[in-house]
Amino acid sequence: MIGAGKIKQYSNILEKPLSKGKQEVSLSAFAFLFSELVQYNQTQVDNIAELERRLEDAGYAVGARVLELLCHRDKGNRRETRLLGILSFVHSTVWKVLFGKVADSLEKGTEHEDEYMISEKDLLVNKFISVPKDMGTFNCGAFVAGIVRGVLDGAGFPAVVTAHFVPMEGLHRPRTTILIKFAEEVLQREARLG
Amino acid sequence: MTSTACFIIVSRNDIPIYEAEREDAAQLHQFILHAALDIVQDLAWTTSAMFLKAIDKFNDLMVSVYVTAGHTRFMLLHDSRNEDGIKSFFQEVHELYIKILLNPLYLPGSRITSSHFDTKVRALARKCL
Repeated sequence: MIGAGKIKQYSNILEKPLSKGKQEVSLSAFAFLFSELVQYNQTQVDNIAELERRLEDAGYAVGARVLELLCHRDKGNRRETRLLGILSFVHSTVWKVLFGKVADSLEKGTEHEDEYMISEKDLLVNKFISVPKDMGTFNCGAFVAGIVRGVLDGAGFPAVVTAHFVPMEGLHRPRTTILIKFAEEVLQREARLG
Repeated sequence: MTSTACFIIVSRNDIPIYEAEREDAAQLHQFILHAALDIVQDLAWTTSAMFLKAIDKFNDLMVSVYVTAGHTRFMLLHDSRNEDGIKSFFQEVHELYIKILLNPLYLPGSRITSSHFDTKVRALARKCL
């Protein structure tokens, strides 16, 4: 019998243990799946803003689950209650689990108090995608922006998250920046908590 | 030796997504638990722990709460003092909840209708409480 061994058959997902699972997934499989996701959504919408919004919504669902799973698995059941805490959680833990490395940088916006930026030289989802000129400022990083928004929203830090291309000197491709703009209530609560 | 117990799971948007009763005094128990939600709201931001122990009392019944990372609250109304049992109950239910949440077809914040989940929660309640 092929594969006879210790594989237990679970009748129900609730019986299966929440293990660490396989740490790695095939890059080409993911790239293929993501390209199909983008193409499918392209057929459903008429304009770019709508396409970005759909990708973001897809990412939001991922973010909500990633938050719960990682806090349970990697953080030993401790929640984040402070702004810097949740930002560094996204920047290190979430990025490490999703992309295999921590994000390149986390910066605070200079013009506004409520803006933060996570930058990545070569965002995984944009790696194999080239955007035609007639799509203007469309960025597939909207998917990752959705993931970040899902994590922040779930943890109680509502924010508007968008992805932008930032051309860099000396780099052939532009850097991707995820811009996070927190809602007013988040800053007020931060101030109250001191 | 039955102790009164009522367990509900309340989502981020203050909507109950799961209820389980040991005995049938439904309305009063749920009323008490919902009244305790305000206290949980404030308390959740003061600590990074998930288990918030006993946060409210009503006659001889105590309300214990466990808040997850996504601000889903597990609330238990009980009259026993078995804190360790309650803590392990919450942790086990948390694992079950995460497994439900990981289902991509489950909308976070909607009611949990799985009968397997119900069976397992009741079994855990009998075991730990």
